[in-house]
Amino acid sequence: MEFLRPASWQEALAAKAEHPTALPIAGGTDVMVEINFDHRRPDHLLDLNRIGELEEWETGTDTVRLGASVPYARIMSGLRAELPGLALASHTVASPQIRNRGGVGGNLGTASPAGDAHPALLAGGGAVEAESVRGSRLIPIDDFYTGVKRNALAPDELIRAVHLKKATGPQQFSKVGTRNAMVIAVCAFGIALHPDTRTVRTGIGSAAPTPIRAGTAEEFLTAALDEGGLWDSRKPVPPAVAGQFAALVAGAANPIDDVRGTAAYRRHALGVMARRTLGWTWEQYRAEG
Amino acid sequence: MRVSFTVNGRQQEADDVWEGESLLYVLRERMGLPGSKNACEQGECGSCTVRLDGVPVCSCLVAAGQVQGRRVDTVEGLAGADGELSPIQQAFVDAGAVQCGFCTPGLLVAADELLEHNPSPSDGDIREALSGNLCRCTGYETILDAVRLAAARTGQAV
Amino acid sequence: MGITRTPTSLTQSSATRGGIGESTLRPDGTLKVTGEFAYSSDLWHEDMLWGYTLRSTVAHAAIVSIDTGEALATPGVYAVLTYDDLPTEVKHYGLEIRDTPVLAHGKVRHHGEPVALVAADHPETARRAAAKIRVEYEPLPVITDEASATAPDAVLVHEGRDDHHIGHVPHPNIVHRQPVVRGDAAAAAARADVVVSGEYVFGMQDQAFLGPESGLAVPAEDGGVDLYVATQWLHSDLGQIAPVLGLPERKVRMTLSGVGGAFGGREDLSMQIHGCLLALRTGKPVKIVYNRFESFFGHVHRHPARLWYEHGATRDGRLTHVRCRIVLDGGAYASSSPAVVGNAASLSIGPYVVDDVDVEALALYTNNPPCGAMRGFGAVQACFAYEAQMDRVAAELGMDPVEFRQINAMEQGAVMPTGQTVDSPAPVAELLRRVKSRPLPPERQWETTEGADVRALPGGLSNTTHGEGVVRGVGYAVGIKNVGFSEGFDDYSTARVRMQAINGEAVATVHTAMAEVGQGGVTVHAQIARSELGVTQVTIQPADTQVGSAGSTSASRQTYMTGGAVKNTCEAVRAKVLDLGRRKFGTYHPAWATAELLLEDGKVVTDGGEVLAGIAEVLDDEVVDLELEFRHRPTQAFDLRTGQGNGHVQYSFAAHRAVVEVDTELGLVKVVELACAQDVGKALNPLSVVGQIQGGTTQGLGVAVMEEIVVDPVTALVRNPSFTDYLIPTILDTPTIPVDVLELADAQAPYGLRGVGEAPTLSSTPAVLAAIRQATGLALNRTPVRPEHLTGP
Repeated sequence: MEFLRPASWQEALAAKAEHPTALPIAGGTDVMVEINFDHRRPDHLLDLNRIGELEEWETGTDTVRLGASVPYARIMSGLRAELPGLALASHTVASPQIRNRGGVGGNLGTASPAGDAHPALLAGGGAVEAESVRGSRLIPIDDFYTGVKRNALAPDELIRAVHLKKATGPQQFSKVGTRNAMVIAVCAFGIALHPDTRTVRTGIGSAAPTPIRAGTAEEFLTAALDEGGLWDSRKPVPPAVAGQFAALVAGAANPIDDVRGTAAYRRHALGVMARRTLGWTWEQYRAEG
Repeated sequence: MRVSFTVNGRQQEADDVWEGESLLYVLRERMGLPGSKNACEQGECGSCTVRLDGVPVCSCLVAAGQVQGRRVDTVEGLAGADGELSPIQQAFVDAGAVQCGFCTPGLLVAADELLEHNPSPSDGDIREALSGNLCRCTGYETILDAVRLAAARTGQAV
Repeated sequence: MGITRTPTSLTQSSATRGGIGESTLRPDGTLKVTGEFAYSSDLWHEDMLWGYTLRSTVAHAAIVSIDTGEALATPGVYAVLTYDDLPTEVKHYGLEIRDTPVLAHGKVRHHGEPVALVAADHPETARRAAAKIRVEYEPLPVITDEASATAPDAVLVHEGRDDHHIGHVPHPNIVHRQPVVRGDAAAAAARADVVVSGEYVFGMQDQAFLGPESGLAVPAEDGGVDLYVATQWLHSDLGQIAPVLGLPERKVRMTLSGVGGAFGGREDLSMQIHGCLLALRTGKPVKIVYNRFESFFGHVHRHPARLWYEHGATRDGRLTHVRCRIVLDGGAYASSSPAVVGNAASLSIGPYVVDDVDVEALALYTNNPPCGAMRGFGAVQACFAYEAQMDRVAAELGMDPVEFRQINAMEQGAVMPTGQTVDSPAPVAELLRRVKSRPLPPERQWETTEGADVRALPGGLSNTTHGEGVVRGVGYAVGIKNVGFSEGFDDYSTARVRMQAINGEAVATVHTAMAEVGQGGVTVHAQIARSELGVTQVTIQPADTQVGSAGSTSASRQTYMTGGAVKNTCEAVRAKVLDLGRRKFGTYHPAWATAELLLEDGKVVTDGGEVLAGIAEVLDDEVVDLELEFRHRPTQAFDLRTGQGNGHVQYSFAAHRAVVEVDTELGLVKVVELACAQDVGKALNPLSVVGQIQGGTTQGLGVAVMEEIVVDPVTALVRNPSFTDYLIPTILDTPTIPVDVLELADAQAPYGLRGVGEAPTLSSTPAVLAAIRQATGLALNRTPVRPEHLTGP
């Protein structure tokens, strides 16, 4: 094994071009577990800790360009207004120690369906900024997850940042685990209201081979809110609408039975979380009106 | 590979480090600092908690090579140079927060950092700050007592 | 050159008298908070090698071949050992039955069984070499439960058994079976107004101590080996290790290293023999440290159990009879299964008076992970089931569940189903009264001015509810646990105490082989020495095999047994000191001959308080040094057909009240408070006693709502050997645990004390389950409860 320590982003891209199988390591919270338990022996470890810009973010008019290695702890404290869903999701990541090291780039690179950031990223909307010596490109978040622990990155690409839409309305994140802290998701759900486009977006974690959006549920709710004139009236969402939304979210999932939970429970729990988080976001939207 | 960094204020160096070694392994096996503990090596117990450039992290999940040139503080650095226990160390002893003691170093580092930026934490704050540190012996009650005690003593001293 | 880190003596002076009854502080506390305390995984020796264990990847298979050639040829590898390399004809070990191969031979019987060992210059070298060992397996049918174990054509997990249980078990895949029959349960059932029966399932719990199995073996010049290790019983280890190595016990010198928790999981050997074999083969010190994955395979677990119970009662709330059948899964090797069966059988009815009982308990051999000792030892599984039954009978009768328990609660003088009279206090009804009379914690504690504090809600930081679906429930349970080794075992402990004057001050040194695993035995030994010898400064020597056996740190026995031994030896030392005094000073003061003399505050004093001499003066340059054994009263084996016999030494009792809040829609549980009342006879160190109760309570909480080793029912492979998927409670899962300590002396026991460690682990689990049942209205016949059990299919 060789340990590569690029001092700059350009050096990192060059190293990745030279060694496409090199395993990037930033917070180490996924990679080191695999190494400690002998699950993985990459030829090269590519350390990204020396690249300061990965731990910074820039706030534009409509978007936040979030460096891949900004630790969850700083997302929680510093981006609660701009990215409330992601900030909530960040707060559910593992433990304080892990939140001090791990960042969104790691979740995206690993692309585990259980990664806590994914539902929030899907619901908030955005794109992954991938770069290689060949150039830079933006991969829409909806196209990023390609299979179980697989993503759309080319072998020579690294994740530089994620471009996330600044929240225009309330967002929520909820995750079921069998412990009250430090737990991997049995399943998770993110929701974002987008009053600017009068749409609702969602994200589901740990209930399909990849993180997914509940497309039909989103379309149904977006239409129902529109037809009911609720964006303007800010009246409560009728229980029947919330119930149907919950059922469609549950139906969107394609979960399995595993050691952490059953498929049936995951579906059920997603429905409950969908109904509750819709309630919380909509109440907040009404209160802000 | 060779790795050098500052540990508890002293420059340290390790040679022949295998690239897959964690900071925890280097501290314990190469630098004679086994105070940080190896309970799970997957970031699920907090026993290996150290501060990396001031921030609490699981040293089992930091690759040794990532620490080059950086600052690490471990449980061995909490007491004064004269051996006098820090307030949080003394409180753990006094409150009966130590049984087998394997979780203690990690808890001390995490609690010390908590009190540094939140000198009078609520019980909820303490629980949240220490939620990444497992203890199997105490049921946590005396650990809460210890953090409250350290906070109270430090508050009185100010 | 030499070992740079080994256990050290602990010397502690006390500003107060520091005797029994005081909450003196741990003598190892400072070392533990500075990081200097040498745990078994912290040991280090220049030039040491790292040992690594290759484990089976299948649960039951014949080993066709093992090829170690490529591994042995790996640079940096010093030795690769298999069964064929074992040096003597003794190739098995075991606590009660020597059925466990040091390394697998011919077949493997469970997932993770040690197959080969590697010693190399770096852990990674050892791992890479182990990966090159080629083991060819031929699958065998997998025995996973009672049906597959006792089928007429079942494959035998162990062929050719010749242990002392084989004569009375109905099938060779049953390790041990113990009935308990008293009165006439069938006739009594006819008098019952209500009869309630149920089947219960208890999942496999892991001790999950934080310090992994580890140790350092150093070859010695005399051909022997020095072994530094974390264990619960040095001498039991020694008796199993030495024959395999072909060494006399005196050449295997064992020293206890720092132990990162135990809870039963270090009663059986793990790396001890392996480390010694590699050290002797290579001539170099060898360190073995399991990682968490290995640790799940490196020790036995709590027996999972299926329990069938029938309780009957009359309309006025009196139990008529209990019938039960308890099937424990012992897994592939016996470990302490026979003793666990004895406990489960004899304590199966709980702390209640029932004249007519019919009990059967047994442990199976299967290809599941081996199970053995864990805190509560057979009594835990039974308590979960009988307390669920007690609630159900109370409900049938329309009675308050606590009142129903109190009506049937045993008292001192009660007769156990084994025929044994409970001859010391048994305040069962009082313990229940105490937890019940405590004010309930306020409702909706999560509500704050800034909205819901999710940290105080089910789901915690995961933000699953802001109060929606949350229902409170309250539940009660009480349990009975034996203290000390039972069933006729010659249970003793040894203490060596030395007293001398140093710089004009009398000081004491205590040397035992007691395993300090965190429980605070070392604290208590210093307290006893101070109380008995009137000294301030006490030195606790490291535990090793240079002194007689202390028995195991288990069965809630160490304060009773090794504490008793220290007391006993101190009394003899005191008598010698007083004899010295009489010889030296007797002629100067008549009280030396006539008065009752004590040692207090460094002086010899009369019971009237008159000072006769300083202890240091009496000792001068003499050293009083004694090593004595201490035994509790003898017990009897249980009759193999009726279970009758005075099998236990002492009983201990604890009661819990659990208050939970359940998110009934998501099936998530927040335990809000878990109050405990326990009789400890005499609290030698109140701070330690409360710590034991809170810790035991929390382990009971864990197996109520999250902890379970999941074994595949078809392949018998362990599915969650990690702290990512075997969850133990965090500080956010653990409620406040108010503790009410009773001190009703047991006249038989040293200072009247009652073993503390295990009883709280019994009643905690059923109390939490009862509270969840009340909140949800569900029957819940299995523990741990998973979210899907609370939300329906």
